Amino acid sequence: MKHRIPEHEGENAMSTEHRVKPYGDTMNDGRVQVSFTLPVPDSDRAIEAAREIMLSMGLADPLIAWHEALDEGFTFFVAYGSHEKGIDYSKIKVQTVDVHVMSMEETDALIRERFGRKIKVIGASTGTDAHTVGIDAIMNMKGYAGHFGLERYDMIETLNLGSQVPNEEFIREAIAFDADVMLVSQTVTQKDVHIQNVTELVELLEAESVRERFLLILGGPRVTHELAKELGCDAGFGLGKYADDVASYFVTELDKRRRAERSSTPT
Amino acid sequence: MAELRIDWDKVAKAREASSAIADDVNDQLGRFTTVTVERSIARLFGIDGVDAFDVPLSNVVVDHLKDKNVLGEGVAYWLAQGVLTSGLSQQELAEGIAAGDVDLTRLEQADPYACSLWARERAEKALDRIRDNKRFRNDKIEQFGERPSPLLYAIVATGNIYEDIVQAKAAARQGADVIAVIRTTGQSLLDYVPYGATTEGFGGTMATQENFRLMRAALDEVGDELGRYVRLCNYCSGLCMPEIAVMGAFERLDVMLNDALYGILFRDINMQRTLIDQSFSRMVNGAAGIIINTGEDNYLTTADAWEEAHTVLASQLINEQFALRAGMAEEQMGLGHAFEMNPELTNSFVYELAQAQMARQIFPKAPLKYMPPTKYMTGNIFRGHIQDALFNAVTVLTDQRFLLLGMMTEAIHTPHMSDRALAIENARYIKRAMADFSSEIEYKEGGLMERRADQVLSEALELLENIRVDGLFHALETGLFAGIKRRSTGGKGLDGVIAKGERYDNPFVDLFMTEQRGE
Repeated sequence: MKHRIPEHEGENAMSTEHRVKPYGDTMNDGRVQVSFTLPVPDSDRAIEAAREIMLSMGLADPLIAWHEALDEGFTFFVAYGSHEKGIDYSKIKVQTVDVHVMSMEETDALIRERFGRKIKVIGASTGTDAHTVGIDAIMNMKGYAGHFGLERYDMIETLNLGSQVPNEEFIREAIAFDADVMLVSQTVTQKDVHIQNVTELVELLEAESVRERFLLILGGPRVTHELAKELGCDAGFGLGKYADDVASYFVTELDKRRRAERSSTPT
Repeated sequence: MAELRIDWDKVAKAREASSAIADDVNDQLGRFTTVTVERSIARLFGIDGVDAFDVPLSNVVVDHLKDKNVLGEGVAYWLAQGVLTSGLSQQELAEGIAAGDVDLTRLEQADPYACSLWARERAEKALDRIRDNKRFRNDKIEQFGERPSPLLYAIVATGNIYEDIVQAKAAARQGADVIAVIRTTGQSLLDYVPYGATTEGFGGTMATQENFRLMRAALDEVGDELGRYVRLCNYCSGLCMPEIAVMGAFERLDVMLNDALYGILFRDINMQRTLIDQSFSRMVNGAAGIIINTGEDNYLTTADAWEEAHTVLASQLINEQFALRAGMAEEQMGLGHAFEMNPELTNSFVYELAQAQMARQIFPKAPLKYMPPTKYMTGNIFRGHIQDALFNAVTVLTDQRFLLLGMMTEAIHTPHMSDRALAIENARYIKRAMADFSSEIEYKEGGLMERRADQVLSEALELLENIRVDGLFHALETGLFAGIKRRSTGGKGLDGVIAKGERYDNPFVDLFMTEQRGE
């Protein structure tokens, strides 16, 4: 599946060209390392085939550093080459969740001050996905890699439904819990099953006219903010993001919405 | 092998508490059977195939009896009585029920004694088939020689059984001793076993009897070529534990994942249902000479490996008692544990070594299954390869039986062929390089390792004594394992638990228990 590259929301868009090439040990040497397997027997012909694969990837001066048979008809290669063309860094635009990341204490304090009640967060690994590692890393008391999970926050009330939660049940539970935020985790991405599953979730939320009622946040190792937005979520968090990133985002966003609502309501 | 000094008094007390816990569960559940236990009896009696809607005939028969509210008398009774009065074979009866032509409850009554004789005779035939497989395996192992520890255990998970076979054969040629075919996501929650060869799956391949047969044949072929017996592993956890155990017995699997606690905690399967299923599935596995693998390693993927190490030991001790009650020999109890401590922790290797060594000594005959790091695998494949190397070192130093190969691309994708090859190369290098290391060293008396082992043992003992007071169900309800809470009446599959009627008989229980005692 191809994802549309958005044309706006870039960070500090630069107008002058800025060529960037991979860095080995000298600026602009363009050196990259690649490893791959070809379904052919280990032979001189296989090595030449590997060189051509490198060249066709746009990697010049290919060096096949290592080759070995994995099985009768399969050969593994470790190769080096140079990406001579590089890319124009000034043209790179990405969508990121642009929010000041707060500590747990700061987040709790902000919720107390601005909301005066606990923020309710429901989470699940939905569809056929049996992995809870992602949702647990964000929600469990213990958290992950030294970042406490949402259960640890005084001002956040959580409900973690675990794995293999059908989308219908997730929505039902979110309504019953009166959640402010829905966290959906997708770990298995084989054959784009996560895309189908999240698309279905968003469609169901819209069909029940409750999409606007929740902040919908997608998480998982293959998730980007851009992908999440494209699938109809409010934000997406991938590898290297922790509970504090997620909490900072939803508290800031809920606060923004709360103020927007207030200013549009005649008093 | 270098050994730790262990407080054996604490070990004995922990075993005693575990024994009481297992007795309590069996006392509560002994008067029930389940739909999948009954379906496995139908399968053992030779009922095979599916109806026009792809529903397995074993389900057709059991659902038929359940709809008539007579399943409590057991499939063995109803099939015996059906065969004796109708003159049809059990397979013909099943097909007749599927077609709507047969109603087992409307046939003439046969003599109950004749029914039990018939059932016993059919059961002996099933056992003969299982014995043939056991004999074949033993002959092959004798012919080629048993493989030294650790057995390198590789996973294939393409979703397509034919692609799995390509990968499995390559892995075997690279040095894998055990091939495990990961099941497709969600199969554990199906209350039936899919049928036939399959080529579609997410994160794994359907466990079907035909897929078992195809992979078994492929591994026998590559094994003969390599001059060694390549073991096959699959999963009987889930809602069909005993049925998949029967399929494994018929198709000569060698290792099967078998753990009700895993299903309760990680798949939200009802605890009563799956503990009943587990009991019979272990009898089947036991009689078939299959080594079971338990899933304690999974606790540490959600809970912290340093803080919750004692829950692994406690669960291993409970699993040991359940397996003993199913008649299983210690040599078939592949209890699970894992190398999951945070690599940022100072001395994490030392503590992992202590825990693995402790498990080895507490379960001296058990073919322990040791699992590689997953929780702290990040996508930095270069660091991941080193984490796997340290894991391999612990495995070799503590003489674990099954080394589940760690993939440096864990957390990225299902393994590429090269990932598996590099993992095998890593493990074989360490196995060679450190072959006699542990017999050349001694562990320091009262040192970091002995203190860690004693701490884990003491905490496990305390936990088991607490569980003994309120029972295992209560422990699971309060989240004592993996930090996950499950209600005894919650989860999937409780409606498949049936109280046994007066005439209930499962002829395989005695037969398999006797077989396991080697009589």
